[in-house]
Amino acid sequence: MSLTEQQILRYSRQLILEQVGGRGQQRLLSGKVLIIGAGGLGSPAALYLAAAGIGTIGIADCDNVDITNLQRQVIHHAEDLGRPKVESAAARIRAINPDVRVRTYGFRVCAANVMELVRDYDFVIDGTDNFAAKFLINDACVLANRPFSHAGILRFEGQLMTILPGRSACYRCVFRQPPPAGAVPNCAQAGVLGPVAGVIGCLQAIEAIKFLLGIEGLLTDVILTYNALPVEFRKIPVHQMADCPVCGKDPVITAPMDSDQPICDMEGSK
Amino acid sequence: MEIIVNGKKIQLPGPISVGPLLALEQVRMPEMVSVELNGRILRREEFDRTILGTGDQVEFLYFMGGGA
Repeated sequence: MSLTEQQILRYSRQLILEQVGGRGQQRLLSGKVLIIGAGGLGSPAALYLAAAGIGTIGIADCDNVDITNLQRQVIHHAEDLGRPKVESAAARIRAINPDVRVRTYGFRVCAANVMELVRDYDFVIDGTDNFAAKFLINDACVLANRPFSHAGILRFEGQLMTILPGRSACYRCVFRQPPPAGAVPNCAQAGVLGPVAGVIGCLQAIEAIKFLLGIEGLLTDVILTYNALPVEFRKIPVHQMADCPVCGKDPVITAPMDSDQPICDMEGSK
Repeated sequence: MEIIVNGKKIQLPGPISVGPLLALEQVRMPEMVSVELNGRILRREEFDRTILGTGDQVEFLYFMGGGA
């Protein structure tokens, strides 16, 4: 399958990049990326992946658009208030780029469905807003051998790391288990600056594109932290742990599990 | 003695273990962070028995659960 004239024009600014070219664009057009959480991180990631011509984008989110989302969840517009987020995200993606097939999952991602979900994709973006979901996604992606981008944001800060299961440190290698409830505030309690979510969500999109193109230098075995106040990016090296409960030599986690903290925290998403 | 915490040099009057350093750096609860010492993630039970020396590099990796 070769690119159409319209596609050659549409993607011309990235086609001329040595690392992309026609073959790279074909890879993107046949690539499948799942975004879990159509919120602050998922919005910019989805918009840029759609524009770049990722062939299949999956969006999972069980929330409806709320007015408190609009300060940072830029894929949703004022006219979408009350609409399921997967619907408004899918509409925006289609409006940007008809090349993209959008698949929507308007249900709660949980232990019972996460494996089947991630197995259908080449790369997963964690754009969720709670630890239960972040650990669930880590475990499922490690167990299903699906590369993914983990990220978190709070106030003026964000962090992310890319995980190639079995080949690089996973989220549990660094953060063994979720913190006790209430120990770490969420964005609803502590706030977050919208563009901070934009910076980190865009970095996640770049990781997905680099992975699909086979470009070296992913954010593996490193946590990239961003602090908007002193404007500081830092790369902190991390390593795979032999005693990691999910990717270590003798794993105790052999199937994804639900935690007692809600996966789709309605309060947390506001 | 001088150690490096999250990339910044800090001066300490003498050897200190990781537990009191968390307090000194205003980490309210040890459960809020993962601690990496010279590239190795410490287990929580090691916090109090791990004594830091001159030149040690410590990273506090904060849990960050936001995203929506």
